[in-house]
Amino acid sequence: MKILIKHPRVIDPVQALDGVRDILIEHGKIKKVAEGLQDEAARVIDASGCIALPGLVDMHVHLREPGREDKETIASGTRAALFGGVTSVLAMPNTAPAIDSVAHIRLLKERIRKTAAANVYICAAITKGRQGKELTPFAQLKAEGALAISDDGSSVDSTALMFEAFKSAKEHDLLVICHCQDSALSGSGVVNLGFTSTRTGLRGISSESEFRRVERDLGLAAEAGARVHIAHVSCRESVALIAAAKKKGVRVTAETAPHYFTLTEESVLGYDTNMKMNPPLRSAEDRQALRQALGDGTIDIIASDHAPHTENEKEIEFERAEFGVIGLQTELSLAINELLEPGFLDWTGLVQRISLAPARVLGLHKGTLGIGVDADIVIVDPRKDWVVTKESLVSKSKNSSFLGKRLPGTVAYTICNGVLAYENQREAPQHPKGGG
Amino acid sequence: MLWKRKDLLGLEELTPEEIGFILSTAESFKEVTTREIKKVPALRGKTVVNLFYEPSTRTRISFEIAAKRLSADVINIATETSSVQKGETLIDTGTNIEALKADIIVMRHNCSGAAAILARHVGISVVNAGDGWHEHPTQALLDMFTLKEKLGRIKDMKVSIVGDIAHSRVARSNIWGLTKLGARVTVCAPPMLIPPGIERMGVSVTHRIEEALREADAVNVLRMQFERDTQGAFPLQLEYFQDFGITQERIQKAKKGILVMHPGPLNRGIEIESSVADGENSVILEQVTNGIAVRMAVLFLVSQGREQKNEDLN
Repeated sequence: MKILIKHPRVIDPVQALDGVRDILIEHGKIKKVAEGLQDEAARVIDASGCIALPGLVDMHVHLREPGREDKETIASGTRAALFGGVTSVLAMPNTAPAIDSVAHIRLLKERIRKTAAANVYICAAITKGRQGKELTPFAQLKAEGALAISDDGSSVDSTALMFEAFKSAKEHDLLVICHCQDSALSGSGVVNLGFTSTRTGLRGISSESEFRRVERDLGLAAEAGARVHIAHVSCRESVALIAAAKKKGVRVTAETAPHYFTLTEESVLGYDTNMKMNPPLRSAEDRQALRQALGDGTIDIIASDHAPHTENEKEIEFERAEFGVIGLQTELSLAINELLEPGFLDWTGLVQRISLAPARVLGLHKGTLGIGVDADIVIVDPRKDWVVTKESLVSKSKNSSFLGKRLPGTVAYTICNGVLAYENQREAPQHPKGGG
Repeated sequence: MLWKRKDLLGLEELTPEEIGFILSTAESFKEVTTREIKKVPALRGKTVVNLFYEPSTRTRISFEIAAKRLSADVINIATETSSVQKGETLIDTGTNIEALKADIIVMRHNCSGAAAILARHVGISVVNAGDGWHEHPTQALLDMFTLKEKLGRIKDMKVSIVGDIAHSRVARSNIWGLTKLGARVTVCAPPMLIPPGIERMGVSVTHRIEEALREADAVNVLRMQFERDTQGAFPLQLEYFQDFGITQERIQKAKKGILVMHPGPLNRGIEIESSVADGENSVILEQVTNGIAVRMAVLFLVSQGREQKNEDLN
């Protein structure tokens, strides 16, 4: 199958390309990027006025399979990904069972092979059962295909064990993704500690509970010489610590999620449980620091932390509701709205944060539109707005912080592995199979 | 003024005019409670459901009496004996009560924000009778009613709130209400019981009881809930009484005629000395009496507010 994309503005940081070109796709790869391409046999997509980017690589996604298929499945989650222009996701291991053994990776890979609509890569657990007690077999997990390890959802509280994890990860050149939370400090909090927690009468989670753990993990990773990635950075103190570590040459990358650079703690004042996530929404100053850090590259990556939960788990008292919100379908539009339009990033910078940098961190030859690269492409119409509604969200769960919001930038087409996998308002009949 | 709210969830969202209107409505209902026949037909044919997820005697009985004086039918649901024990959600319980054609739900709940969540999911009125650490609006309204009755006005009066501010819905509602009506509010507690950012609610903070009492026209003494202490961060009971207890000696050194208030139930000898609780400065039992008039006003107004809302829709 050949596809010829005509006249989009093509953005590719690797080629330093930002201009109107045509793109020819053949055998799942990018064949040519040039002006005035013709091909009689190709399906032609007229992308005049649209922007073509390397497909988004979202390195923080909870697909909930196996174990919580009522919240999301690999099939439904990857479908949501394609709708959002995301062609590759890293699946987090806090499933039931946790992805902590070769057997579990094999099971997961089999399900991915059968049901994924986009590329799904695997992050395995740092400790068995994510219990923080005993390390998983890193070498075997890596050999079986795990691209990274993380106990995401919790942090390994034992400093000694975490140090061992970093040393072993260094030996096997495995990326360690850290969910930084000192649970002794965060306690049973549910919102940012400060005026908001006081006003709502809800228990607070201090920034300190995050940045103290960021500080610890950066120190341990530096000592071990390991590659460390800080997940869902929410506060300005963490940003400062990451900046300082980078300056010292620590092999650190970091991500934040769209809700942290879009919203502030004030959003929880109405007790909307779709504003409840961990870490919590922070202050306006924190949000500003995150935007600037994405602008200057201190924070390398935008990832959704897509965390589906059922209505039964969300439509209850705030304190009792689950933490987490979905985000695969809204991350590109939010990045356009909050980072591109205010000038924190240009299109090239945006592609770096949301596509190229995560691909490089995970060691994937993606995030670029170079010749011979897997044809993962998203075509966005920047002139078209859309409204986030339960109906427009194709994830199994509808727990978005942005329900009812009008957002800029509509995904017109998503091409995954050279196949037209999503076309605005209706999916193409043929589905590519995910790798990983 | 025309009351337009179907719910009373907290004082934070009310305007000073709305608060003043509730208080003046309560004044006319207080007159009713002094009559031989203490009943008016204002809510005849209406049903009030007291839905209590937390044990409460005073507040529930006060609401029950208020509703009955307005001629409403009253049903009490204690969650220990209801479907909640079978795992029914708050929203399901609420929509079922609505389907039973009740008109007002008065709810006490241990989760902050529970009343707001319920009010979003039912068309009938919701009155917050205390939600977690968030608000207890009718308690603050009856405190303000008592202050106004005793002092003549609330504007420029100095009111100190002493005790566990961090975990107190009574404190929060009082702070919102009093500051909106122009009172000067000081909160006084050991540092670990002062929640962060409280100054932004428009209050002064002190950790010295003498300072809180020196110029105050009234002191509102909160119940110390030592049973809440799960982190070992609370002061010792004895130490607390020594440093913050409202004693006769401290009242004598305070401004003459200082009003001593307490939302109940009292912990005698823990946050307040018995002789003060029963002494001449105490208005604690008058607060209880005023609670009925204030709750009559609230039930009456939210009922009107719901009808007004329905009219506006039609």
